[in-house]
Amino acid sequence: MSAATKFAWTPENEAEAQKHIAKYPEGKQQSAVMPLLDLAQRQNNGHVTIEIMEYIGKYLGMPAIRVQEVATFYTMYNHKPIGKHHVQVCGTTPCWLRGSDDIMAACKKHLGIEKGETTKDGMFTLGEVECAGGCVNAPQVSIGDDYFEDVTPETIVDILNKLAKGEKVTPGPQNGRQTSAPLGGPTTLADFKGKTAKSGGDA
Amino acid sequence: MLQDKDRIFTNLYGFESPGIEGAMARGDWDGTKEILEKGQDWIIGEMKESGLRGRGGAGFPTGLKWSFMPKESDGRPSYLVVNADEGEPGTCKDRDLMRHDPHKLIEGCLIAGFAMRAVAAYIYIRGEFFREAEALERAIDEARAKGFLGKDACGTGYAFDVYVHRGAGAYICGEETALIESLEGKKGQPRLKPPFPANVGVWGCPTTVNNVESIAVAPTILRRGASWFSGLGRPNNFGTKVFSISGHVNNPCNVEEEMGIPLKELIEKHAGGVRGGWDNLLAVIPGGSSVPILPKSICDTVLMDFDSLKEQQSGLGTAAVIVMDKSTDVVKAIARLSQFYTHESCGQCTPCREGTGWMWRVMERLVVGNAEKSEIDTLLDVTKQIEGHTICALGDAAAWPIQGLMRHFRDEVEARIDAYQLKAAQ
Repeated sequence: MSAATKFAWTPENEAEAQKHIAKYPEGKQQSAVMPLLDLAQRQNNGHVTIEIMEYIGKYLGMPAIRVQEVATFYTMYNHKPIGKHHVQVCGTTPCWLRGSDDIMAACKKHLGIEKGETTKDGMFTLGEVECAGGCVNAPQVSIGDDYFEDVTPETIVDILNKLAKGEKVTPGPQNGRQTSAPLGGPTTLADFKGKTAKSGGDA
Repeated sequence: MLQDKDRIFTNLYGFESPGIEGAMARGDWDGTKEILEKGQDWIIGEMKESGLRGRGGAGFPTGLKWSFMPKESDGRPSYLVVNADEGEPGTCKDRDLMRHDPHKLIEGCLIAGFAMRAVAAYIYIRGEFFREAEALERAIDEARAKGFLGKDACGTGYAFDVYVHRGAGAYICGEETALIESLEGKKGQPRLKPPFPANVGVWGCPTTVNNVESIAVAPTILRRGASWFSGLGRPNNFGTKVFSISGHVNNPCNVEEEMGIPLKELIEKHAGGVRGGWDNLLAVIPGGSSVPILPKSICDTVLMDFDSLKEQQSGLGTAAVIVMDKSTDVVKAIARLSQFYTHESCGQCTPCREGTGWMWRVMERLVVGNAEKSEIDTLLDVTKQIEGHTICALGDAAAWPIQGLMRHFRDEVEARIDAYQLKAAQ
């Protein structure tokens, strides 16, 4: 979206926005400001602008400054354009103990950019995040909405390569283990594994 | 070791479907109507009797917390808010409960919400848990379709619904009043208490904020009975607990175990032991980044529950066990946590806003030894001036890791200062 174009919801996002507002009690539509900022950011290729904040302020009947306060308080709202893939390396102590410095170095070297920068082709933005909450699968890297876990410098570079080529990548542990179970298999729940039907609402 | 028959989260690792059919086959939503028909007083009494203490870190008795909610409305509705803003470094248990066993949480919301006469539950989930939020939305849709939620929840005539609210990257929103502010569409800055949320919470209405695990275990406790739960663990520290074991172990993992399990047994049985063997252990942070670190000598025998860890001047916190072997630069490990708290301070209270950054800068100098020994006491003094002097506990959480470091590793810090000064003199 260029600066000259006015921001407005797409019809799908208008419906989505109304769904969010309907979650909260009547007259408390300000509660929807966070989901709406997220929705607008997704519509606007990954970042929010002052114009978007003003639009959401009008939409929810709240002062634009209150929207801006929220948009600048939380770290997941981006205020400048970001790459197609937002790569965020967790660097807090549990990941650091498992080698997150090496993961960050590998990303920097491979992408040729520093923290906070975007590659010239607009494909990747690199960042560091505080504890992503995947500590037993450290080191962890978030790319967009997905978690890539148990990564090594080699596996993360492989993932970045595949993304650059538009190939499919598989989120989750990269060392073959089942989610947060110990590598090699669970030490518990032997009687439960696969005992009940695998049906309904598969993830 | 806890037996599988006593484990609550039988799909912890997601080997099976998180969907409602799978969940019901695992025992969820079984006899929910009958539980609700026993009434609010029975549910709260049973929860009190079970001895369940809040699983989000503070360990406040869950049943007692529920009992603080008004029994008769003064016209304002009541709300249950579930704290799924999991972000305490080392902690990643609620993530598994939400993505693999979401129906335990949704059913728990209905039962807890009913017990506190709430009209709805809002699950505040950290924004980064996008896939987990999707799993919850799916589970809620399934429960609505079955009539378990809605105008006539489980056919009891009680109207109740559950909603998911995603955060957007702020550790502070794990503090209950900051979370409430955030849910109202504001910056996540904690409120002064009193008034407490049970009187004035979200949208000015009576509110109880509970951790995901505290709510998710409730249906099983009520089905199996308070005495089953209190038959596990140790007095005042009953039941089971999901532990997250990260850092320098051979097989980092989440695991549900009995409260009071020895730390050594927990690590050796489930996480494949310390890298290089138990004798290669340097230290453990036993309950998430906020609790003070423990040296190996204490880890040898300490039990994993609220009271045992408190006796050692640490805490169970979220039961997130961060293991460090002898290769660890322990000063750097704590300095990285100081950086975390600096980043996450909301900026409202001066001691925390200014103090967290000040402590981090001193800690970074201590990592290389570029300091005077007297500065250690100055630093400790500053931690005491922050602790207890802020609206919320983030200030305390930033102070405790440094206090723990100096309590057990002051020699290491001083040795670095000596080495640095020796090198400078040459």
